[in-house]
Amino acid sequence: MTDGLAAVASLSTWVARHGHALVSTAGHLGRHGLATVLTEVVMGLALALPLALNVLVRNVRDATGDFSEAVGLSVYLKPEVSEQKARQLTKIAAERTGVASATLITASEALAEFRTQSGLGTALDSLPDNPLPNVLTIRPAPDAASPSQLEALRSYLLAWPEVDSVQLDRDWVLRFSALLELLRRVVLITALLLGAGVIAVVGNTIRLEILNRRNEIEVTKLVGGTNAFVRRPLLYAGTLYGLLAGLIGWGLVAIARASLAPAALRLAAAYGSAFELRGPDLTELGALLLTGMALGWLGAWIAAARQLARIEPRTA
Amino acid sequence: MISFERVSKRYPNGREALTELSFEVHDGEMVFLTGRSGAGKSSVLKLIALIERPTRGQVIVNGDNTGKLPLRRVPMFRRALGVVFQDHRLLMDRPVFDNVALPLIVTDTAFREIEKRVRAALDQVGLLGKERVAPLELSVGEQQRVCIARAIVSKPPLLLADEPTGNLDATLAAEVMGLFRRFNEVGVTVVVATHDLHLVRDSGLRQIVLDDGRLGSSG
Repeated sequence: MTDGLAAVASLSTWVARHGHALVSTAGHLGRHGLATVLTEVVMGLALALPLALNVLVRNVRDATGDFSEAVGLSVYLKPEVSEQKARQLTKIAAERTGVASATLITASEALAEFRTQSGLGTALDSLPDNPLPNVLTIRPAPDAASPSQLEALRSYLLAWPEVDSVQLDRDWVLRFSALLELLRRVVLITALLLGAGVIAVVGNTIRLEILNRRNEIEVTKLVGGTNAFVRRPLLYAGTLYGLLAGLIGWGLVAIARASLAPAALRLAAAYGSAFELRGPDLTELGALLLTGMALGWLGAWIAAARQLARIEPRTA
Repeated sequence: MISFERVSKRYPNGREALTELSFEVHDGEMVFLTGRSGAGKSSVLKLIALIERPTRGQVIVNGDNTGKLPLRRVPMFRRALGVVFQDHRLLMDRPVFDNVALPLIVTDTAFREIEKRVRAALDQVGLLGKERVAPLELSVGEQQRVCIARAIVSKPPLLLADEPTGNLDATLAAEVMGLFRRFNEVGVTVVVATHDLHLVRDSGLRQIVLDDGRLGSSG
């Protein structure tokens, strides 16, 4: 019972000490307003860039999902397939998962359109039979328009005995998908580089803080303070820097989205799309704040570990 | 409590501050370290407080051989000491309370206990009521007493003082020495480095005389 009470008291003191360190660190950062703001802005920009790129990739993906109307397969049926059979196949194709729509262009519709557009009416009249086949045009669902999914759909359609050939605008999809993958990698590399930059900025800020507080650290060590004790407020400072920088980064991207949204809307409308530019969502905000805090903590820890080992008490 | 066995200390600049120095200070004793400036008094205190380590010989304090104490145990070792510095080493941007409370804060003592013990320490040095005052607003003598309060607040068994009366007039010096005597009377071992021979003679206590880093006479 006594041990239990002692443990609770000890835990309570530990929590109170950490709370005190956190509050006093926040107060310390607040008292050094300009320096803190400048550091925060640099870190916020470093965190904003990868977030902005990530949001850009997501928007492009969303937009191309909308543009998947432009991606399609033309399924050419064999000449002997009747129009009635072609309509049955169209229905089967339309019900398949991953297919947004399936439309039949009958051989007679195709010939009529060709007659109108080509101006070869008289020549076409001389043909004994209609040479054009029935054609299914298939649009994939936005979430089933990746190159591999389209290839799978093409193989499925090619396996039908009534199908002569399937034409897929695959090159365009592959190129676009490769571009998106490249962008994703650029985001990753940028995030890694700027993450290292954030660690360096926090590390340097904490290093200067340690040098400014050298006397206090020496006195603390003289009266029995451990490196862990001295490090505590510095780690809180790094974590707070990261948290605030994350909020600034998120705010910058949100402002950029708000200012770009009307122009994006107009552009999309010009292409007949209802696409709307989206900003960072809550998951991205949470990830950004956690990443900022982790990078801040790490930068502070590295600087503190290096510097504190070099500071030992001196006396006059 | 403290044992120096053939201790030598050479600093990186080549100066040998102590040479083959041997002496002992017993539990509950109060002694003076005397000698002219540069005789090695501060070096002795630095070796006791583990601010420096001996180049040769052994320094035993509270049973620990300071030359072999691992770094991770140094903070715990220092918590058993109270040190009054010649230059006070106060945190000028913190009020008196925070300065005195520091040795308790580093050991994660509960806030209520810190408040009680800081007030008690300030009461002993005659500064109760000045908890919220900044050290810069205090006189040199008062700053010295804040430093003493910080040294005794954690009730260490060993108190070290380096020229504690160096900046004080005769009356204040006598007051400060009176404080050390009172601590010693309740069992604290006290080592005072001073060049003020009047104070030493008046006290009638043992003195360890240093002469150019060597033992002059220990009487």
